[in-house]
Amino acid sequence: MAPSSESPMTDRAAPRRSAYVRGMVAAIPFSLVIIPFAMLFGVVATEAGLNVIQTMSFSVLVIAGASQFTALQLMQDQAPVVIVLATSLAVNLRMAMYSVAMVPHLGAAPLWQRGLIAYMLVDQSFATTYQEYERRPDASLADKVAYFAGVVTPICPLWYAATWLGAVFGARIPPEYALDFALPITFLAMIAPALRTLPHVAAAFVSVLGALVLAWVPYSGGLLIAALAAMLTGAQTEIWLKARAT
Amino acid sequence: MTLDPLEVWIVILALGIGTFLIRFSFLGLVGDRPLPEWLLRHLRYTSVAVMPGLVAPLVLWPQATGGVPDPARLAAAAAALGLGIVTRNALWAIFGGVATLYLTPVLLGLL
Repeated sequence: MAPSSESPMTDRAAPRRSAYVRGMVAAIPFSLVIIPFAMLFGVVATEAGLNVIQTMSFSVLVIAGASQFTALQLMQDQAPVVIVLATSLAVNLRMAMYSVAMVPHLGAAPLWQRGLIAYMLVDQSFATTYQEYERRPDASLADKVAYFAGVVTPICPLWYAATWLGAVFGARIPPEYALDFALPITFLAMIAPALRTLPHVAAAFVSVLGALVLAWVPYSGGLLIAALAAMLTGAQTEIWLKARAT
Repeated sequence: MTLDPLEVWIVILALGIGTFLIRFSFLGLVGDRPLPEWLLRHLRYTSVAVMPGLVAPLVLWPQATGGVPDPARLAAAAAALGLGIVTRNALWAIFGGVATLYLTPVLLGLL
C-alpha cells in the first residue's frame, strides 16, 4: 500500500473494521497466557477422570479457568455438589464488577449482543476492552462492540482448542511428572500479581489460615467459611486504611 | 477414584449457567445503576479470598505424598508466589514454579 493513502481522517473516525482489528491485535499477548492455562485444565480434568466431552463442556459452557479448576478440585475431594457450586461461583463473583463496568459503554447494545458479550466477558477480554474504552470513551457504540468482538476472536477459540489439546494428549503424561501440583502452581501464579495492596494481602492471609484451621469441617465447607472471613477482612482493612488516611 | 458422571454434568451445567448470570447481571438485566460502595468493596476481594485457601492444604499436605509436606512442592509453591509478586506476570511464575518442582529433587539428590 502506498504511504500516501494514509488519510488524517483515520484517527478521528476509525471505521468499524479497524476497531475490530485493533481489538484482535491487542488480545494477542493475552492469547499466549490462555494457551497454557487451558491446556493445563484439559490435562488436569482428564487426570481427574473426566472424558473429553465433559472437559470440553466445562471450557465451553463456563469459560472461567479459576472456577473450573476449583470445581474440579472440590469434586475430587468428594465435596457435595452444593459446596462445589457455591465455592466455584464465589471465585467468579468478581465478574459482576466487570458486568457493571461495561454498562456505560455497551448498555445500549441490542440484547442478543449483550448476551454474547456477557458470555465472553472473561478476565482477559474485560481487561483489554476496558482499557480501550477508558482511552476512547467517545467511540461509537458500534465501534465499541466491534472492538470487543475483535478481542474475543483469538481468546475464546484458543481457550477451547487448547483445552481440547490438553484433554487429548494429557492422558499420555506419566504420573511421575507430579501433575497433582499443576493446580497449586497455577493458582499461586494467578494470585501473586494481585497481592499489591494491604487489603489484598490481609484477605489472602485470612483465606490461607482459615482454610488450614478449618480443614476438619466436613464436606469441604471450611474453605467457604474461610473465604467469607477473608472477603470481610479485605473490605474491613480497606475501610480502616481509608479512615487512617483522612 | 471415579467421579459420578451425573454429578459432573450437574456441576458443569449449573456452574455454566451461574457464571453466565453473574456476567450478564448488570449488563443484561439491571442496567446502568451504580453498585453500592459496600458491595463493590467486598466483590474486590472474592478471588483473593477463595484461591489462596484452596491452594494452602494442597501445598502443605499433598495427597501424592500421603499428606506429608514435600520439599519439592513447598519450594515450587514459594517460587511461583515469589516470582508472581516480583514480576507481576503469571506466566513467569508458572514457569519458575514448574522448574523448581522438577529441579528440587535433582538438587537434593546431589547433596
